[in-house]
Amino acid sequence: MSTATTHKVAQPASAKVSKDRPRRGLRASSTFNFWLFTGPFLIGLVIFVFVPIGWSIYLSFFEARFTVTPSDFVGFDNYKQILTDTDFRNSLVTFTVFAAFIVPATWALSLGLALLVNQLRFMRAFFRSVFFLPTACSYVAAALIWKMSIFNGVRFGLANTVLSWFGVDNVAWLANPDPPWYWLVIVTVRLWLQSGFYMILFLAALQNIPRELYEAAAIDGAKQGWQTFRYITLPQLRATSTAVILLLLIAAYQAFDEFFNLLGKATWGQPPLVELYKMALGENQNYGAGSAGAVVLTLLICIVTLFQGKIMGFGRGEESK
Amino acid sequence: MSAMSNNNWSRRSLFRAAAGMAAAGTLAACGGNNGRGGGSGSGKTLVQYFHAYGEAGVEQAVKRYAKAYKDANVTTQWITGNNFEQKLFAALLTKNAPDVFEFHPQIQLVKSGQVADLTDIIAPVKDDFNPADITSHTVDGKIYGVRMIDDPQFFFYRPSMFEKAKVEVPTTLEELIEAAAKLKTSKVKGAFLGNDLTPLQSPLIWSAGADTLTADNKPAFNTDAVAEGFKQLRSLFTSGNLLLDAPADWWDPSAFTQGLTAIQWCGMWAMPTMQKALGDDIGIFPFPKVGSAGKESVYNGGWSMFVNAKGKNVEAAKEYVKWLWIDQKQYQEDFSTSYGFHIPPRTSLAQSATKLKSGLPAEGVKLFNEFGHFDNIGWTQAMIAAVNDVVANSVRKDADPKAQLAAAEKKVDAELKNLFG
Repeated sequence: MSTATTHKVAQPASAKVSKDRPRRGLRASSTFNFWLFTGPFLIGLVIFVFVPIGWSIYLSFFEARFTVTPSDFVGFDNYKQILTDTDFRNSLVTFTVFAAFIVPATWALSLGLALLVNQLRFMRAFFRSVFFLPTACSYVAAALIWKMSIFNGVRFGLANTVLSWFGVDNVAWLANPDPPWYWLVIVTVRLWLQSGFYMILFLAALQNIPRELYEAAAIDGAKQGWQTFRYITLPQLRATSTAVILLLLIAAYQAFDEFFNLLGKATWGQPPLVELYKMALGENQNYGAGSAGAVVLTLLICIVTLFQGKIMGFGRGEESK
Repeated sequence: MSAMSNNNWSRRSLFRAAAGMAAAGTLAACGGNNGRGGGSGSGKTLVQYFHAYGEAGVEQAVKRYAKAYKDANVTTQWITGNNFEQKLFAALLTKNAPDVFEFHPQIQLVKSGQVADLTDIIAPVKDDFNPADITSHTVDGKIYGVRMIDDPQFFFYRPSMFEKAKVEVPTTLEELIEAAAKLKTSKVKGAFLGNDLTPLQSPLIWSAGADTLTADNKPAFNTDAVAEGFKQLRSLFTSGNLLLDAPADWWDPSAFTQGLTAIQWCGMWAMPTMQKALGDDIGIFPFPKVGSAGKESVYNGGWSMFVNAKGKNVEAAKEYVKWLWIDQKQYQEDFSTSYGFHIPPRTSLAQSATKLKSGLPAEGVKLFNEFGHFDNIGWTQAMIAAVNDVVANSVRKDADPKAQLAAAEKKVDAELKNLFG
């Protein structure tokens, strides 16, 4: 009895399965498994991403007002229109100003938060969660909170209440482009929303820096604080920093929600996506020109990304640095 | 046996069960409790789009009317946010477009074949409609929408504050600017004209003696008087006497009822809320005269019901529109006077609506009749956007109004050429 039991246990399970139900055809192949798991996503990608991109490129060569199935071929006219459109060109200037504010500010704030949280001995998980939580908030909701509660122009808005303690009159944060206080509102809402996410990336990178490097530096006489940060931490975060800056730049190009909800019918502070939205999906319903603008913007993002990758060495292995 | 069953359950049965659940879900959606409301219809399903009205109870009223309709299940999409037109325009290009929707009369909807001809359902009662409303919905002799409500817009003011500051009701734009300065205190601003000032663009054009378009559809807004009006508005904007960036915009009476401003541009729909908050301490006046040749004006906005000409149920949609907005006069009166105040476009209803016969509403009706300007079907959303830019650039920024008006005229001209050739 015991011998028989031992014999059964010792028998390789895989051999038994193989004998009882031989794996055959597609079910046995890794190709089947690959398509089973990636197929649905690939279909979704094709239907919801590649087909619209292709359709958009198609539309960009047609006169397509109030229709997405046009018949009037106009060649590069839509491209000429978009490239000579002052509003579209101004939107690129707006983007440049926005990126110049938001990219370094988010980089510095998220790195600063990561360094602070990393130093904590207690409640690290709590503060990590607190700083990360705004990431879960929608841009639309946050923009409306900023607009209606914090930065509204009436005397009981939070910012104006604080200013009134110092005898400052109500400020119209968003209505008046001169002085351009709207940048403060736009930059702070995005900082609040996205810094936590990038903090997590930096935190992971910080925790991957070998302790031995700091110990060796201490033995060599390096002072704690700025010196170790400057010569050890920052260089070790180079790859993460590059990725963070790249992601921030792309996110800045894609800025839409906060500008759209905060500035309404302003003609200033309109980034490219808001401008294209107005052109294609707004009052004009010009899908041809809007699509041409989308193609131009995509090309621009690709060029800037490749250029930035080239400068900062994104994707290069450690050995090639 | 049980082990065998388990084995089967974990494979084919799982897929069968999933397929069964999907089928059951589909069947359940065909039942009565499908979230569409109504449920009393004869099988046809219609979708109607409404923008979100601010007055309490309107959404429930619209859904109640829809539920009372017996010949189709009518689903109401209540579109919140301030970009109803963009959502509507985008939806009209898809297969999920509404069968029936409210909007303003605009010729590009007719030219692109998006709205159905409703002449046949209006014809029997055409004479009972305000003639201006019929004109504003007519292209080449065909009527493309049924007016639901007329919404006059004017300035509301607090007589008690005027009395305290010794200010007379303004009849010119200069007087309005002076009044705002005198009415401003440390807690109350002189006037609120909306956060982006765009609701005033057409009234300013009319009050300056100009018009948006000529009778033969040419741009008519680029005049010296209009440019001068925008310049004056700029001086009010920079004076510090204007309430800017209010949490609720001009269509909502909050800034007025909360005592943040002595004067507010708003619509007649807000009167019940204002009266509830301020009692009799409310007066109204039209947009004042701009320049010596101008005349006071009131914008008669409003909403109309259209039928999607490319929808699957055009005839059923027309029947529903006829039933609700032509036959059911009790619902029309309820819609016009039970929530906010609106003027019914049907003359017989406007005359019989008791709530509009006395006090402030009656005064609103008087201003509507005396100074009212109606929507021009040729004045499209793109043209409105072109003049929005003039307001943004010349009033809120410091650009030259004349140059801005010329730029807008160019855009409007191109748009007109697209529409009329």
